Amino acid sequence: MLADEDRIFKNLYGYQDAGLKGAQARGAWDGTAGFIKNGRDWIVEQVKASALRGRGGAGFPTGLKWSFMPKEEGPLPHYLVVNADESEPGTCKDREIMRNDPHLLIEGCLYAAFAMAAHTGYIYIRGEYIREREALQRAIDEAYDAGLLGKNAAGSGWDFDLYLSHGAGAYICGEETALLESLEGKKGQPRLKPPFPAACGLYGCPTTINNVETVAVVPDILRRGADWFANIGTPNNSGTKLFCISGHVNKPCNVEEALGIPFRELIDTHCGGIRGGWDNLLAVIPGGSSVPCLPAEQCADLPMDFDTLRNLKSGLGTAGVIVMDKSTDIIRAITRISYFYKHESCGQCTPCREGTGWMWRVLTRMSEGRAQKREIDMLLEVTTQIEGHTICALGDAAAWPVQGLIRHFRPEIEKRIDQYAANPHSDPVIVAAE
Amino acid sequence: MAVRRLAPQDIQPSAFAFNAENAKWVEGQIAKFPEGRQASAVIPLLWRAQEQHDGWLPEAAIRVVAETLDMPYIRVLEVATFYTMFNLSPVGKFFVQLCGTTPCMLRGAEDLKDVCREVIGEQNSVTSDGMLSWLEVECLGACVNAPMVQINKDYYEDLTAERFKEILADLRSGKDVAPGPQIDRHLSAPLGGPTTLIDFATADIKQVEVKEKVSVAPSAEVKPVAKPKAKVAETLSLDDADRPEGLEKARDGEADNLQLISGIGPKIEGILHSLGIFHFDQIAKWSEKEVDWVDGYLRFKGRIGRDNWIEQSKILSEGGETEFSARKTKKK
Repeated sequence: MLADEDRIFKNLYGYQDAGLKGAQARGAWDGTAGFIKNGRDWIVEQVKASALRGRGGAGFPTGLKWSFMPKEEGPLPHYLVVNADESEPGTCKDREIMRNDPHLLIEGCLYAAFAMAAHTGYIYIRGEYIREREALQRAIDEAYDAGLLGKNAAGSGWDFDLYLSHGAGAYICGEETALLESLEGKKGQPRLKPPFPAACGLYGCPTTINNVETVAVVPDILRRGADWFANIGTPNNSGTKLFCISGHVNKPCNVEEALGIPFRELIDTHCGGIRGGWDNLLAVIPGGSSVPCLPAEQCADLPMDFDTLRNLKSGLGTAGVIVMDKSTDIIRAITRISYFYKHESCGQCTPCREGTGWMWRVLTRMSEGRAQKREIDMLLEVTTQIEGHTICALGDAAAWPVQGLIRHFRPEIEKRIDQYAANPHSDPVIVAAE
Repeated sequence: MAVRRLAPQDIQPSAFAFNAENAKWVEGQIAKFPEGRQASAVIPLLWRAQEQHDGWLPEAAIRVVAETLDMPYIRVLEVATFYTMFNLSPVGKFFVQLCGTTPCMLRGAEDLKDVCREVIGEQNSVTSDGMLSWLEVECLGACVNAPMVQINKDYYEDLTAERFKEILADLRSGKDVAPGPQIDRHLSAPLGGPTTLIDFATADIKQVEVKEKVSVAPSAEVKPVAKPKAKVAETLSLDDADRPEGLEKARDGEADNLQLISGIGPKIEGILHSLGIFHFDQIAKWSEKEVDWVDGYLRFKGRIGRDNWIEQSKILSEGGETEFSARKTKKK
């Protein structure tokens, strides 16, 4: 288990003061001006050396992302945008940072903005997080009052303004270019890439978008040294990560742990085990609803990190771990995820707009058994026609859970179809039109 | 994607205007964005208009926002119909948004839906007293506190059908209900208190010494949980003093069925036999050191402790049965 002194989010559970005084007592805003005096390249180098990978799902190296920004500010201003549109089912980590440790985020914004020569930052928080928005706004106001933001922020000689904006209930705005569209006051429909935001982002200016957790761990990396961060976890998967464990465990919770912690240790140490014991485990969705599920037999000693999970054709995603025990109707659980993507598709690309609804309808029938076995292959084929054929990754995210279901639980679907067919029904079983 | 239309004309108010306080607030919102980019404030403005107008957004408000931000009406209408938090028709005084996505569904959101149907009625219909209405929404981002609902601005978490009914009744009768987890639990910490950051589980603020380049220190154990402290198998000798004593062959030539212990399969059973372990009572008597040795020998990284072999063996050696063994013998 990770030692408490190696944890970054000391007020994760909100027992203590989330305000500036409390945050400073826990170490925030210490040495800020000094780090900025070390220069832009030093900060980027430190983040690169820490091997920090983005915490928003894709796991892209953060230092590298920052270095894509133009070195010096040209005629166009640079922007930092923080993605706080946390909507991935199974994920609720950024919420705790924003309401309980917001100053780590604000301090991180200053370093990130300085590293990419941005004088303005926007935090885009999801609309439903109203109380979290209020908490974060309080923290920003406090930071302004204390001179930590604004002109000559924290005495560093760098001017930095940070603003909070919000969405209104669209999952798709968690996609970075959809977020930019939304921030510009439009419908949240993703943009074609390239051009990438680092060249042409918010208002057509160079922009970098980072997840809340990614930005909030930067101050500790600078304070304690990149080696410290890089030495936690497993090679290429370094650092600590907030895990959100939901579903059929005895005590669901958020917890900060080292990347690469075995699944079983994570559950036994922090969540009081699986409901009904280990033998009652059916499947796990290890990284938020977008990644394929894994069956129980692959899970026990599974290290929870980006690379291991990718090799199992799943993913760490946002580390929103959804645990399902044997009482779960797995087909219905995945059908509900399919409904989620149908609901949240922005409607821009045909494969996703039509495909998500189609998959949901077929899965709904399959969960009752009212389907043909050949439709399983048809469904699998349709997922591959959605995956990779859309502007953004929502199409992929809708296809993967269904692929995971068919990969690991095909006999379950077949059994249900057999059960349905074995009983008399007056309506004929319909077949999906391709 | 779903089709979302404005409320019918007969319930649309003829005019809408921001009140004085909100009008001032609007200026502050526009000032957040660069000049000429005032359209960026459209979502916050529509949201404020909805808050001012009893929780739903009439056409007149959309027009006012368009004028304020110097945007074409159609662009604002597009935004108002795209984002699902804008209610285009009236809602109850307490508007319940019920999260029905998989993590909440796994923990009982379906039961909460039944409560809504029973107490309030169908989705999107307002009760006759105007107090309640409900809507199933997608993930609200409080999954470790599932199942949960959002009522107006607040999250009510860790609900049961009974507690949810009480909350609805209390709100309806004008009583305040404290938001947050509805069981004995602090925000997202595990039930029964945190397993980590125990020192930070009080309101006292501790001065934290931030050391330069702290190396990864060996973790201070918070709870005596079985930890992987096994020796590496290569260095384990069969003559090690920690090796549990084995028998040459099973007593009376008949070994216990070690596979009745959860965590032991045919392969592990074979290895245990080769170590001279044939009976439950042998395993039950292992000392901590011996457990470590076997754990290391099998390269288990602490699995013996996690699976609780010792406890299981004790029960089995006394002729009792565990949940696992009962299931296993039943199958046969």
